[in-house]
Amino acid sequence: MNDASRVIEVNGLSLIFPTSDGDVHALQDIDLTINQGDFVSFIGPSGCGKTTLLRVIADLEQATSGSIEVNGMTPEEARLARAYGYVFQAASLYPWRTIASNVALPLEIMGLKGDEIRSRVEHNLALVDLAGFGRKYPWQLSGGMQQRASIARALAVEPDLLLMDEPFGALDEIVRDHLNEQLLKLWAKTNKTVVFVTHSIPEAVFLSNKIVVMSPRPGRIQEVIESDLPAERDLSIRETQAFLHLANRVRDGLRAGHSYDEVS
Amino acid sequence: MVSRHVNAAIPVIVVTLAIVVLWYVGAALLNLSWEKSVAERNGTAPSTIEMLRNTMHQERPVLPAPHQVVSEIIDTTIHKKITSKRSLIYHAGITLSSSMLGFLMGTLLGIVLAVIIVYNDALNKSLLPWIIASQTIPILAIAPMIIVVLNAVGIQGLLPKAFISMYLSFFPVAVGMVKGLNSPSSSHLDLMRTYSASSWQTFLKLRLPTSLPFLFTSMKVAVAISVVGAIVAELPTGAVAGLGARLLAGSYYGQTVQIWSALVVASVLAALLVVIVGWLGDFVNRRMGLAHG
Repeated sequence: MNDASRVIEVNGLSLIFPTSDGDVHALQDIDLTINQGDFVSFIGPSGCGKTTLLRVIADLEQATSGSIEVNGMTPEEARLARAYGYVFQAASLYPWRTIASNVALPLEIMGLKGDEIRSRVEHNLALVDLAGFGRKYPWQLSGGMQQRASIARALAVEPDLLLMDEPFGALDEIVRDHLNEQLLKLWAKTNKTVVFVTHSIPEAVFLSNKIVVMSPRPGRIQEVIESDLPAERDLSIRETQAFLHLANRVRDGLRAGHSYDEVS
Repeated sequence: MVSRHVNAAIPVIVVTLAIVVLWYVGAALLNLSWEKSVAERNGTAPSTIEMLRNTMHQERPVLPAPHQVVSEIIDTTIHKKITSKRSLIYHAGITLSSSMLGFLMGTLLGIVLAVIIVYNDALNKSLLPWIIASQTIPILAIAPMIIVVLNAVGIQGLLPKAFISMYLSFFPVAVGMVKGLNSPSSSHLDLMRTYSASSWQTFLKLRLPTSLPFLFTSMKVAVAISVVGAIVAELPTGAVAGLGARLLAGSYYGQTVQIWSALVVASVLAALLVVIVGWLGDFVNRRMGLAHG
């Protein structure tokens, strides 16, 4: 691997939140490399720092020590260069804006021209199967459609890097399966690098080519599992031996990190 | 649908009736002593029923009966030309114009102060005590001072009265706007940060729209006290026109019916303004998709 294909490079990164009860080690000694075109999942129980790590990459939190590079820049430089699109757990659409104008929001902020904005909005709404819903308001759409709109909004920036924080966590399983499949198609089509936070083992195994198993107190990386599943997948792959074997390896990793200790 | 409307109206009607009944009872009791003293002076001994009946149409009652106030209002609105000095509509118009000017100035001042408070911590700390102090001073005490000072620097007419309205109305707007500007959720704010939006863009595209429902709620309070401010401002100046002037003239000549009519018109005026601002707020909220949660 040459340096050009490295999108994210993390070395010895730690993050400590000072609280009234003493310091909380949200992240400790994180080493991680994410390459161009990777689909990487962070999986672990709550409190393992998976969302915090994503927020450090996005420059929404700052590391206490260690180094991190995004596209060869500091996270702040990468953020200012709008190097990534971020999808939150809640769709976080602005309720007073239509779907189209929600997708247009980052483009307006980037100062793009009206024609360019219109064509990008149209293109990205079509990409997430929401063509024709541009004039609707968020409350008129289902939760799954809202989350798709928020993915279109992140894609409209045309970033090479997509950061997704449990984007389907609040959706029911049927919608979630469907969106997982769509996301995988989208990833294959666009060759973007995706960093995906989840606490669902099947979701992580189904989507990723690299699974980062994390464990709590202090938040750290337990194991990085490379997936040997074929790149072309559909939902039926979840019944194969290879899939179940991989899911078991993830579960073992979580167990080794004492992730199940307090859950009985 | 019809029956639901009727059901909703019943409590309103009952409360209104109860107030009217209480008002009549109060009028009878409060005005009775005058009837007694009249009877004593004339050396007559009318029956209690007769005296009670008389309490309903005294010329200068302690508390005028509702029908007296209503007929005075009808007499001074419908039966007088709007340009007449005895028309309540004319006087209400005078008060309305200065309270509206004051309300607009107060709303603007409130918004500007809120933006300063939210965006500048140093100014927040130095301004806030003064803003709060300004509202602890009784308006009746400070209104004449403001009017006199403004007169001394040559500001006359509508503006001094509007100033008092502004003095009262900026406060709820400032408080509501500060809350509104700080109300965006952290994920909405984070989103702006991931776009590396400037603070001006964040203000324009996020904080301002989110604050609008808060703005309209506080504007409802502000518009009502703007009317109060305008009336209070009319009292110490010996104004010749406006609802405050009617109150003043009524109290000079013991015209209690006139005072009560002006009071009722003032409260109806304020209530109407609150309803209009409420409608505006509902319209804006619906436009912004917020009425749907």
